[in-house]
Amino acid sequence: MDAIILQILNGLDKGSAYALIALGLTLIFGTLGVVNFAHGALFMIGAFVAVTVQRFLGFSFEQIDPDKTDFLGNPLKVKVTYVESWFGPEVGGTIVDWSVPVAVLVAIPIMLLVGFVMERGLIKHFYKRPHADQILVTFGLAIVLQELIKYFYGANPIQTPAPSAFKGSFDFGVLVGFDPNAIIYPYWRLVYFAFAVVVLGAVFAFLRFTTFGMVVRAGMADRETVGLLGINIDKRFTIMFGIAAAVAGIAGVMYTPILSPNYHMGMDFLVLSFVVVVVGGMGSLPGAVAAGFLLGILQSFASMNEIKSLIPGIDQVIIYLVAIIILLTRPRGLLGRAGVMED
Amino acid sequence: MKILGLSAKDTRFLLIVIFLTLATPILLQPFPEGSGLATFNAGYPDLMQRFAIFGIFAIGFNILFGLTGYLSFGHAAFLGVGSYTVVWMYKLLDYNVVWGLPLAVITSGIFALLIGFVSLRRSGIYFSILTLAFAQMSYNLAYSVLTPITNGETGLQVYSSDSQVLLGASEPTTPHFFGIVMRDNFWQPNFGGWQFTFNNGYYFTAIIAIIVFYISLRIFRSPFGLMLRAIKTNQTRLNYTGINTRPYTLAAFVISGMYAGLAGGLMAAMDPLAGAERMQWTASGEVVLMVILGGAGTLMGPILGAGFIKYFENIFSKINDQILQGWFSWMPDWLSGLLIEISHFFVGKSWHLTLGLLFMLVVIFLPGGLVEAGQRIARLFKKKPPENGGKGSDHHPQPAPHVAE
Amino acid sequence: MSTTNFTRRGLMKTGAATGAGFALPTIFTSAASAFTNEPTGDTVTFGFNVPQTGPYAEEGLDELRAQELAVEHINGMGDGGMLNTFSSKALDGTGLLGKKVNFVTGDTQTKSDAARASARSMIEKDGVVMINGGSSSGVAVAVQGLCQEAGIIFMAGLTHSNDTTGKDRKANGFRHFFNAYMSGAALAPVLKNAYGTDRRAYHLTADYTWGWTQQESIQSATEALGWETVNNVLTPVGAGDFSSYITPVLNSGADVLILNHYGGDMVNSLTQAVQFGLKDAQANGKDFEIIVPLYSELMAAGAGENIKGVYGSMNWNWQLSDEGTQAFVKSFGEKYGFPPSGSAHTCYVQTLLYADAVTRAGSFNPCAVVEALEDFEFDGMGNGPTLYRGADHQCFKDVLVMKGAENPTTQYDTLEIVEVTPVEQVTYAPDHPMFGGAEASLGECNPGA
Repeated sequence: MDAIILQILNGLDKGSAYALIALGLTLIFGTLGVVNFAHGALFMIGAFVAVTVQRFLGFSFEQIDPDKTDFLGNPLKVKVTYVESWFGPEVGGTIVDWSVPVAVLVAIPIMLLVGFVMERGLIKHFYKRPHADQILVTFGLAIVLQELIKYFYGANPIQTPAPSAFKGSFDFGVLVGFDPNAIIYPYWRLVYFAFAVVVLGAVFAFLRFTTFGMVVRAGMADRETVGLLGINIDKRFTIMFGIAAAVAGIAGVMYTPILSPNYHMGMDFLVLSFVVVVVGGMGSLPGAVAAGFLLGILQSFASMNEIKSLIPGIDQVIIYLVAIIILLTRPRGLLGRAGVMED
Repeated sequence: MKILGLSAKDTRFLLIVIFLTLATPILLQPFPEGSGLATFNAGYPDLMQRFAIFGIFAIGFNILFGLTGYLSFGHAAFLGVGSYTVVWMYKLLDYNVVWGLPLAVITSGIFALLIGFVSLRRSGIYFSILTLAFAQMSYNLAYSVLTPITNGETGLQVYSSDSQVLLGASEPTTPHFFGIVMRDNFWQPNFGGWQFTFNNGYYFTAIIAIIVFYISLRIFRSPFGLMLRAIKTNQTRLNYTGINTRPYTLAAFVISGMYAGLAGGLMAAMDPLAGAERMQWTASGEVVLMVILGGAGTLMGPILGAGFIKYFENIFSKINDQILQGWFSWMPDWLSGLLIEISHFFVGKSWHLTLGLLFMLVVIFLPGGLVEAGQRIARLFKKKPPENGGKGSDHHPQPAPHVAE
Repeated sequence: MSTTNFTRRGLMKTGAATGAGFALPTIFTSAASAFTNEPTGDTVTFGFNVPQTGPYAEEGLDELRAQELAVEHINGMGDGGMLNTFSSKALDGTGLLGKKVNFVTGDTQTKSDAARASARSMIEKDGVVMINGGSSSGVAVAVQGLCQEAGIIFMAGLTHSNDTTGKDRKANGFRHFFNAYMSGAALAPVLKNAYGTDRRAYHLTADYTWGWTQQESIQSATEALGWETVNNVLTPVGAGDFSSYITPVLNSGADVLILNHYGGDMVNSLTQAVQFGLKDAQANGKDFEIIVPLYSELMAAGAGENIKGVYGSMNWNWQLSDEGTQAFVKSFGEKYGFPPSGSAHTCYVQTLLYADAVTRAGSFNPCAVVEALEDFEFDGMGNGPTLYRGADHQCFKDVLVMKGAENPTTQYDTLEIVEVTPVEQVTYAPDHPMFGGAEASLGECNPGA
């Protein structure tokens, strides 16, 4: 029982990441009708905003420490961060320690800007082009972005730890009547899940309860009519693209303590997030979120030893297997609309 | 002049393709050895073989994607199946490729039939994701659980302990076609610094490539091809007129799967190793890129696209500081240093970046792919409006309707 | 940074000045040459085939730096590095058999296919006589097979699977790097001292050939100590999030977690295991421990703080104090500004060993080189007295047991050497069952042509 609860928690956590990426992908697809293969790259850029903030806070000058020597036998240069020298080791240390949450605040404007530039500079010209062209150009962009990141940050994973306040685990089992230590779960992963729920809720509320959201939803249903009503739908779509990029970006920032960022993480998530979106049904936001959590949980269960020993290798293929089964039984995925992306 | 049931124009086209294919070892070797630009020569056996093999792969993919518009993201699976089949034939029988290649086409055809039958129940992106799912499952399993069959990460290869029941005493112990050893060169002349390599394996693949190109040409011009194009234009209308389109799309899917299997088999025929990475989604994506980049739905496009990508992968990745320094050594130090720093973004370890940028440039400025570039240049010289029915311009990809419409 | 640039440019200039002409490839053709790519001009070309893109790109680039350095030293530039400490004095810094050494580079992408394509282009287009490099066993085995068929020498880079010199061993292929069996044999006594003989181990293993051979080796070494193996769970390569494999460990009754992962997988699985509190946990009345059998500096850097106190093994580390190591670290460090990694070291040594064998054999003929390398004993290359065993072309030398440092002073000493396990403890018979048994054979050396 405790093992199952743990796997559900794992699944919710994985699902949070899948759902956040898939949400942005669906927003872009639903509003703009663009298949964005660079969406994984936006997630990756978000993660590297966290790395950059960490480095920025870690900017340091060198002090020569005469007591120690470096690997060539020269006097060792000790690095002292500016933040620490300005605010003193205590406060400065705390700021550096909290670099990931700080990065979320930094990432929002940056990602909005990246989104605007991408939409105005490139995607805009592809609204009327075939999906194949959209795939090719955004895939090209994804490669360019990841290679630029590789050029400046290298190919190795970079450690970006969570604030030390969130280190350690929460004894979840005691709350629901299990023995101590039966179900413990890292704080940061719980934070990530809560964060995902908040972001998902905010996006849905935004679309549901604001005039802006209403116009965008109308535009998703019938772009031309909305245009005929004299509403500048293009501007709103640009903003939507920025929001989608921001969602992907902050999802990437918050994920860094769980998965050390590397330059190819965007590509790793790309295929998966497309599967999630399609299983959820093209153009359906609730579908994308539901599919994200569903696939996350199923993947966690498939990783259990009991199931792996029954069907070897099931954890490697479960996502694809589920995708095939769902698409064959429900032609448009879980909640997809007819006629979207079927030609 | 008309041959083999082709129109005069197609005959001319085919003859040009045959000439280009057979002259490849000369055409791809424009710079003399030892000159600074020799790095850009591509006329060595491995790369020429790859051009032909990926040309076959892309030609086959184009029959499905270019004609019907069905975008498969799982064709690499058939490539892998073809390779594994051929290597298994080496292990069981002997190194003659004559056993493996036909079988590779057949097994990949069977795989394509099964996967196509299931996947073609859906269309659009749902179809793409179904094919992707099947291919990724094949790859993941081949890499891990199916290692007894595929030899996993290491790649399937022939061991001296394998049975090889047909292996004769004097038979070559590398892939051959009735004694013609694939990796041997039959002529390697050197004309005043220009080094040309005429390789058995290349001509073997080249002849097969010409044959399958001819087949694809016939498919394009046949009523069947017309039907496939009708499916791309408006499948719903066909359904309303009482035509069941599924058999046609399935046939196209199986044919393109067989092309992929043949290409995979030829890869193993040139180099007796089959690795699981051949089935990964990136490999499936690569052939999609080749076809779109070259010009989907055109006859020549896929071949150009395949050559383009393979060239960058193999040539640009090998340019290192030493070579750069050789090029710029005549310049003042500060300038050569600057140019080398700039080049670091584009060559050697950064060759991916160049490829990504070129994808973007081509698709932004040449919506019809590289073929369109050729047409534009041709138009410049002819200075007359493009004739309808030139190289594939009659089936230029039409913009798809916007989804929100 | 500026000094690095300066020296690199210095090398490039000389390289360009001397590297005007490339040797013409002669593969499989002219009857005039006795073996593949026999160098005819005044230069000879090496092929450095390393991952420059993909997850192991940094490792590949470090290998490339070391290989450039090795060529420099063979050609008599720089301070000579390990040539000064190498026990064989055949190399005198005047190139090889009167020829200047040149090199070409290629990108393996850490894929067997791409690696073979790149290697074939080096053989067919650039006419190389030797290929060196690589950062994974699948690639090493694939390229080794190719070199065997083509008739040139393969000097493996980083490859740790038993198979490379086990069931996939080839006459034309040589491995200096240690292997999974040696890791297990070297770690076992240290683990016994540190954690006792009554332990229950849980393995997470990367689901491909290297992962399996490593797991098999570690399991047999630890079971010989009396440890019990609770479970061995295979994890998909590149899984990213390992949480669903880690949570069952907590309540499995195990008190040691062994991570048979490498690269990004290792960074993630270790980081996440620490996140789940495994390092601070108690099980069976003992402190819970994590072990990472194969370490590399670059991955240790990626894992950050999480690596503290975690045991693992290495082929070589720059912190060793012998003469050879010091000479290499000095010349590498002065050229590039940071200490070399283990993969850089193995590629550097392999390049020198090849060059030395050519000089001693007096020929580039692969068969002569094979003969010169087989059962060759040497010293002064950083690993103590070493034997290149003729039966399987594996180097036998001391193995380092490492531990994540508690108080690293710089980003380069995140690992500390715990023990140097003597070579006798890690030696095995050439027909050991983990290495293909009696069936495994090198085959005949192939000179090509």
